[in-house]
Parts: sequence; structure tokens; C-alpha cells
Amino acid sequence: MVSATYDPTLDPHARSANLRFALGRIAVYAFLGFFAIIYLIPLFVIVANSFRELPEISRNGLIALPQSLSLKAWPQTWSHYCVAGTCEGIQRNFYNSLVMTIPATILSTMLGAINGYVLSKWRFPGSETLFALMTLGVFMPGQIALLPWAFILGSIGLSNTVAGLILVHVVQGLSFTTLFCRNYYVNVPDDLIKAARIDGAGFWRIFWKIILPISPPILIVTVIWQFTGIWNEYLFGVVFTGGRQQPITAALVALASTNAMNARAYDVASCAVLIAAIPPLLIYFFGGKYFVRGLTQGAIK
Amino acid sequence: MATLTISGLHKRFGAVEVLKGIDLEARTGEFIALVGPSGCGKSTLLAMIAGLESVSEGEIRIDGTLVNSVAPKDRDIAMVFQSYALYPTMTARQNMTFGMESRRVPKAEQDAAIKRVASLLQIEPLLNRKPGQLSGGQRQRVAMGRALVRDPKLFLFDEPLSNLDAKLRVDMRTEIKKLHLRVGKTTIYVTHDQIEAMTLASRIAVMHQGSIQQFDEPQAVYDRPANMFVAGFMGSPSMNFISGELTKHDGRPAVAIALPGGETATLPLPQTPQSRPANGKVVLGVRPEHLFRYNPNLKAQKAGLAMVTAPVEVVEPTGAETHAVLKIGEREIVGRFDPDGAPRLGELLPLGIDMAHACLFDPETQALIPQGAA
Repeated sequence: MVSATYDPTLDPHARSANLRFALGRIAVYAFLGFFAIIYLIPLFVIVANSFRELPEISRNGLIALPQSLSLKAWPQTWSHYCVAGTCEGIQRNFYNSLVMTIPATILSTMLGAINGYVLSKWRFPGSETLFALMTLGVFMPGQIALLPWAFILGSIGLSNTVAGLILVHVVQGLSFTTLFCRNYYVNVPDDLIKAARIDGAGFWRIFWKIILPISPPILIVTVIWQFTGIWNEYLFGVVFTGGRQQPITAALVALASTNAMNARAYDVASCAVLIAAIPPLLIYFFGGKYFVRGLTQGAIK
Repeated sequence: MATLTISGLHKRFGAVEVLKGIDLEARTGEFIALVGPSGCGKSTLLAMIAGLESVSEGEIRIDGTLVNSVAPKDRDIAMVFQSYALYPTMTARQNMTFGMESRRVPKAEQDAAIKRVASLLQIEPLLNRKPGQLSGGQRQRVAMGRALVRDPKLFLFDEPLSNLDAKLRVDMRTEIKKLHLRVGKTTIYVTHDQIEAMTLASRIAVMHQGSIQQFDEPQAVYDRPANMFVAGFMGSPSMNFISGELTKHDGRPAVAIALPGGETATLPLPQTPQSRPANGKVVLGVRPEHLFRYNPNLKAQKAGLAMVTAPVEVVEPTGAETHAVLKIGEREIVGRFDPDGAPRLGELLPLGIDMAHACLFDPETQALIPQGAA
């Protein structure tokens, strides 16, 4: 029996290669760590300020290491703080945002899936042109649509309502959801549809039984995209609603400007920002890996 | 049990005419193969029979009923796709019951059909698996099972074996043949593989450039191809074409072919050509298996054996038989020989040609010149 062990410490070439490798690694991690800290500092400041006492913030400045710990600002922000004359905190606006975002996300995703199904599997003369026109909406800034929407919402009596915002977001989102779903369904083999047609299935049965069951990857992408987009949207919210009807993004701004005369309520503002950020963060937390997977996924085999 | 009758069928995509007047009929229980190179229109024809493509002109009748504008689901057909087209999220069983559910077949009947077909195709253990968990051959079986459970009037196959590897393809070919013998359904089978067409079909329709070149029984298509396209397409290695001229030899009809050095060889024809191209020029078509190493004994056995000498250029042993590339005049031809006594490289081979099986073609029209006792 011959037993030989290789000891790299005895091999000068291997030793220097190991050393270079280790130094390289250290450099890479130092570089990445540096940028991670830069990105995380604002979050740290906000989280820290939400737990500091207001006098302490005023005394030491907004950006400083916390010297006090207080949970007072959180319940105040949620249920007591006065925004634009009403003193029930931001819970009302948080609720508005949920009631607006959830239906708008579901509706725009379902409509996008149906549009994509039609535009990829039931083509008709002009369907490609129609698709091209719909995708133009992807490149259209929301400001362009402000006046037309104001007119429409006014004439159908949905001004200053959450329902009006739902309508706006469903329609504004259709370009994206249709684009996503259509490009996904284009990769679904046409033979599947033909086989189903011979099997006696019609338009809706094929959609429910064959297309939807293979759609989760793209539906997750679309839902995440729509949910975060609609939740974070500010322009339509602030223009078309006011006061108690406002979604949380619009309320944040109202909150920040409420006490413009006095000292700013940095603690409350920090809490409000963090509360507003929770739903999109949760969505990313649970769906993020599907999001990346869905965006990069090609055909279904 | 059903018949299929197609008459004067045209298909146009804009200005492009894909099918140019197809006439085809399948009798009850027949197995019709549509064979041709890619782009010949065979898959389009099948899609039109299925109702997946509209008819530009002409008629399709199933059991005598005009179905031109009948929806696919109401034509009472079943189709097996090249890609199998199994529904990816359903199990094999669900794939097979999907069509019956669409048609609201009672559950007990569905179960009975699944049981019958699963044992026929020996896929009982696979019924609860999804397509992703099946091998190519198993998917193929499930796809056939999906067609079989419905007991349709017509079976349509669109190149069902072309995604399988070579060995499995041969096995499945035999399975399909057995299945057809047992089930006896009228079947239309599209393939680009002439061997599949030969082995499976009761009649073959050879298609080229949107029209049917010949529609006949396999052996007839092979022995008496209607034109040079069919002759070249059916058979592998394909038929040899040698240019020559009609002449007389000892008062009997013969073909003269040019040899190097200005010589000509005169090959007597056992049967008389029933027409004669204007200038007497013809193309002689000889299948590789009708070439032999010449010897006088063979001459005694085979009437109509003509002889030329030909240098051997390439020898390709395949095991069961040996292919040899020979030179006649300027033209290279391929022969199939028994490995015993096969030609050797560089040899000047005394080549016997079985003229009784040779075909004559008109070089202008490329059509077969019929031969017979005059």
C-alpha cells in the first residue's frame, strides 16, 4: 500500500496561487460590502428615526446614531396622527391602498392573460397591429393620460373614489400585462391548442384547462409587477383623490407637509414610510425568486 | 367505419398556392400514407382534413357528408401530432379523458375506454404520470391512446414517429401496423419517410409541390413509379437514371446507352414501350437491387438480363448487403450486392442489369413510358 498525501504548503506554486485567490476574494467581498452599506444607510436612518424620540432627533439631527429608544411613534402614526385635518393616522390610507391595489392587480392580470391568449393563439387579421398599438402604452408616461382620465372619471362619477383609481390602474396596466402574457404564450406550442380543439374544447375551456395551468410563472411575474407598481404609484393617487380617499403614497406627502410651520415630525414620517413599504417588500420576499425565474424562463417543455 | 373523399382540393395562402387540386379517397378501414419531401403540402392537407385549416376550393367528405365548414370537434376525427401535443399539466389519464369530458361522456364509459386503450397500448402503469415524466416512446403511446379512446371515424397521424430515435421508430412502426390491423380504422398517415409509407400503408399518395404525383398500392408505386420524381423519392438508395435512346436489337426493342470512348451498349427490352418520345431519347430507370455481378448461369435464370462492364468507384458495406458506386459512361450508379461476391474497389465489373424490372421515362415530361407486350 502506498499512501501519499498532497500538502500544498510544501508546493511554492500552489501556495502563491492560494494566496492570490484569497486576496482576490477579500477584494471582491470588500467591494461588494462597501456598496451594500451605501445602499443600506438610508434604510438604517429611517428605521433608526422611527424608534428615536422627536426631541432627540431635533437635537442631534436626522442623521445620527440613536441615543433613545421609543415605540411611541408607531401607534401614533397608525391611528392618531393628524393628516389634513383628520386625526386617525394613516391606517385609513393604508386600507385604501390595499382595497385599490388588490382588485386592480387581479383584474389587470386576468385581462392581460386573456388578451395574451387571444393575441398569441387566436390571431385574427390585424391582431399583430393591435398588439403593437397596445404595447405602445408601455412607453407612454402616465402624465399624458392625466387630463383624459380626469374627464372620464368626472363624467362617470368616479372622481375622488378608490373605485376610480382601480379603473385607472387596470387600464393603465393592460399594456404591461398583455405584453408579458402574450410573449409567454407565444412559446406555448400551437399543437396543444389544435389537439384541444379536436378534443372538442372551445375558447374558454382551452383557456381554463390548458393555458391557465401552465401560466403560474408569468402570472407571478405579472402580479408582482402590477402590485408593486400600483401600490407605489403616486401621481394618479394625488391628482384624483383627496383626504380620506387618498392611497398611502399620496398620504405620505400630505403627512410630510402637514406641519410645515413647526418642527417636522421625523419620527412619524419614518414610521409611515416603513409601513407603506411593507406590502411590496412582503410580495418580493415571497415571490422574488419566482419573479427572476419567470422573467428568464423561455418555452414550456 | 368511414370513408374519406377529397376532390379538387385547393389551398391558397394569399398568392401562394400550397395545394393544387388534390383528389384522394380512402375506403373503409384503409391505411393511406401521404408521403413527400418537406414543403410538399402533406401536413397542410392533413390539417384541412382535420378542419384546422380552411378550404380554399374543393370538397372534403367524410362518409359522404361534406365537412368543409364543420368544426374540428364535430368531424369525429382523432389526431396524433408530431410533437405529441400532450397537455403538460395533466396526467396521462387526464390527457386521454380530456376529449371525453369535453363531450360529456359519462364517467363509467370514460373509465371503460381508458381501461380498454391502456391495456391495448400497455400503458397502465403510466396513467398517473405527467408527460414530463415519460420517455419519448411512452409519450407517443399516450398520444395514440388519446386518439384511440374516442373511437372516431378517422385517424389522422402527422409524422408521429419523426421525434423518436431510429430503433424506437422501427419498433413503433410495427406497433402502429399491429394496432391498425386490430382496430381497423380508416387512417391517414403523413410522413416524409418512404419506408414508413411502404411498410404501413395499404395505399400511398406521393406528393410533390402541392399535387399528388401517384396514388397507388405500395408495391405498384415502387415497381412502376408514375414519374421520375416518384421513382427517385421512393426507395433507398434511390433509383438510378441513365440517359439513353430507343433503338432495335435483333428486331427487338432496346435501349442504347453511351459508354466512354464513344462506344454504345445496347440493352434489349423484354417488353415493348407503348409510346415513343419524339426524338427517341429516354431515361432508363434501374433500381439498385436489379444490378448483379454477371455470369452466364444467371443469364439462363433471368430473362432480360443485359450486360455492360463498369468500373467500381466506391464500395460501402452495410453488413446485410454491400452498396457499390459504379461508373457507366459519365454517370455514377449505385448497386446493391450480396456481400459474398460483392464488387471490389477498382475492379472492372461485368454488370448484369435486370431489364425486366427497368423503367423508361420520357426526359421531357419525366413521365413513365408504359411497357407491355406489343
